Amino acid sequence: MNSVAELNALREKYKGSLSLRPISKGGTRDDNIKREILICGGTGCTSSHSTDIIDAFNEEIKKAGVTDTKVVRTGCFGLCELGPIVIVYPEGAFYSKVKVEHVKRIVDEHIVGGNVVKELLYPETIQDDGSIIGIFDTHFYENQCRIALKNCGNIDPENINEYIANDGYAALAKVLTEMTPDEVIEEVKASGLRGRGGAGFPTGVKWGSIKRDDQEKFILCNADEGDPGAFMDCSVLEGDPHVILEAMAIGGYAIGAHQGYIYVRAEYPIAVHRLTIAINQAREYGLLGKNILGTGFDFDIGLRLGAGAFVCGEGTALEASIEGKRGEPRPKPPRMTEKGLFGKPSVLNNVETYANIPQIIMKGAKWFTSIGTEKSPGTKVFCLVGNIKHTGLVEIPMGTTLREIVEDIGGGIPNGKKFKAAQTGGPSGGCIPESLIDTPMDFDNLSKIGTMMGSGGLIVMDEDTCMVDIAKFYLGFTVDESCGKCTPCRIGTKRLLEMLTKVTRGEGTLEMLDEITELCHFIKDNSLCGLGQAAPNPVLSTITHFRDEYVSHVVDKKCPAGVCKALMSYNIDPTKCRGCTLCARNCPAGAVTGKIKEPHVIDPNKCIKCGVCYDNCRFGAIYKA
Amino acid sequence: MAKRKTAVPFQGTAEQEKKLREIIEKYKSVPGAVMPVLQQAQEVYGYLPIEVQKIIAEGLDVPLSEIYGVTTFYSQFSLNPKGKYEIRICLGTACYVKGSGNIMQKMEEELGIQDGGITADGKFSLDSVRCIGACGLAPAMVVNGEVYGRMTTDKIRDIIASCE
Repeated sequence: MNSVAELNALREKYKGSLSLRPISKGGTRDDNIKREILICGGTGCTSSHSTDIIDAFNEEIKKAGVTDTKVVRTGCFGLCELGPIVIVYPEGAFYSKVKVEHVKRIVDEHIVGGNVVKELLYPETIQDDGSIIGIFDTHFYENQCRIALKNCGNIDPENINEYIANDGYAALAKVLTEMTPDEVIEEVKASGLRGRGGAGFPTGVKWGSIKRDDQEKFILCNADEGDPGAFMDCSVLEGDPHVILEAMAIGGYAIGAHQGYIYVRAEYPIAVHRLTIAINQAREYGLLGKNILGTGFDFDIGLRLGAGAFVCGEGTALEASIEGKRGEPRPKPPRMTEKGLFGKPSVLNNVETYANIPQIIMKGAKWFTSIGTEKSPGTKVFCLVGNIKHTGLVEIPMGTTLREIVEDIGGGIPNGKKFKAAQTGGPSGGCIPESLIDTPMDFDNLSKIGTMMGSGGLIVMDEDTCMVDIAKFYLGFTVDESCGKCTPCRIGTKRLLEMLTKVTRGEGTLEMLDEITELCHFIKDNSLCGLGQAAPNPVLSTITHFRDEYVSHVVDKKCPAGVCKALMSYNIDPTKCRGCTLCARNCPAGAVTGKIKEPHVIDPNKCIKCGVCYDNCRFGAIYKA
Repeated sequence: MAKRKTAVPFQGTAEQEKKLREIIEKYKSVPGAVMPVLQQAQEVYGYLPIEVQKIIAEGLDVPLSEIYGVTTFYSQFSLNPKGKYEIRICLGTACYVKGSGNIMQKMEEELGIQDGGITADGKFSLDSVRCIGACGLAPAMVVNGEVYGRMTTDKIRDIIASCE
């Protein structure tokens, strides 16, 4: 393509291909296609064999002689809990937890027979009067606002035509033909968009701090999402790879860069695969490369894979890794915008940040600031995981309270348990206790209460979670992943972990809690990079909000949640035990004894506290103390 | 974390080396070539023995010490080959008290290798792992992702024989 007119003509041509879906833009549809089957091809659903389901649908459709139905593999819908997800349009029938053996029935009854198989639908989508509603009309999506996830679950990420049909590359065309680089930067500044990677630095300010000179510059995308429990960026890359390419080209134009790099972790093979396809398609269409759309702007993107090092999510470490070196951070200043990749000025933004850019350009800064809060405009994508009914990917306006996310969108805590805390920000963040559940979630509020927005992992924990154990878990992660360059992080976090381990073993003292706090502050103040500085956050926030739990561990030598093995024991309630022998048969240590039909006992000296008896007991006779 | 060098002799073929040299040639002029070359070299050889690192160092004109530094920094790069059959034996608490130590010992005898090693023909590699969460099936062993629960030493020969 050599002009914007050609791009627009292409959009007109393919517009109709989306007309069966909720994102329909009208247009003339290919009359030969009467139905579309959209199947999730995100990492979650792929792990539950959605690829086999896609194959089965194609095969059954062929067998049935159906020629007017198309099978489309999309990105993540967000309701990962109910995967694999299959949606049939135009009815919008939402089949959840689909198995290969369901496919024939859906094809026979629905595709051929024209009758929705209600038995296999997600029950919530069936109304009282028997009519059905679409996936995006269910309760889970009611309070969501999908901007960064606009295309996820709606288009085929491996088909550039579908992206273009849904206004793709229109923002790039607009900036190249109607805006100066300064105007682009001003628009992004005015939108108030803040970095979605965690720290929340204003994107427009970052772009504007690049000096205008003839020096070579780079624009980079941080797709090294490494927090445990976070998969937002992964879902965007898998569901809508072109939005990242378009946004990076816009950013490149704004700062005067002609080369971009996406640094993506190698643990995301599907994302890497789709990015590779997207880059090749964009080059083929002339949307990357020399003289883009005939405007004289040259821009290309290279893909660089990580190799399993958490620290490479830190900006300067990421640069070192792209340069082919050990991924160790360096002290700042100089900032990356002065001296970054290969010593040249560079701008690094996160995947989700980029995913907002094209819409800010198209709809304007005013539209963006109308969403969210004053200081944190827009939306945030969270990965809702842990002890929550609907695990999955949610995008909410900034300022939504944690309660709304957990209770309304997430459907609350399963098994009648109570909410205890939510963790945000991964190993750099902290825990939000129940008393602060009505905090509106935005950058500033979260840092005020001792945690951070982070990349968007939101781990919900119920009453059975031990907060000391959680702090220990995150610290264990940091100790494993510390790159070892600076002493406060390398040795400090290890000492911290040793002290926490003592606490969980009942070997701690009250003085030790003060030592822990002191060491935390020391590591925060003296570590080289952001990861080291934030490493003590999980400890500090739990020791602040759940001090009584720490005190129980060191004074009473008890773990109130019954998690820390050294401080708890499994016991059998003789009034509940029926003597079924199930526990005795399953005990790997031979610690349970008793005669059949008589109450059993656990020998605490033999018990290794693996919990197999507790999990297996059908009468609730085994309790932790 | 420290990475141990493998004791298995390097058995790279001329064909593999040809592929490696092609990869090096392709990336030679690309800035920051070390990572992609190491990643693709590992795909060719399955691991990154010092012999391969030397070829890369010479080919890219980067000091071997730097290549070695990068190889040992990232957890994805392995200095040890993995067998056609990767055997992992759980030495977590539950499995250990159920006798997985004996399973490991017997397996070491049968294969003639140590924990962390690989047979000379490259068919079997053996590793001990931390709890795999199958305590109810203790002692547990995993071969290429397939879990064998309630292992006993007399099952070992049959399982090895079933690996073609």
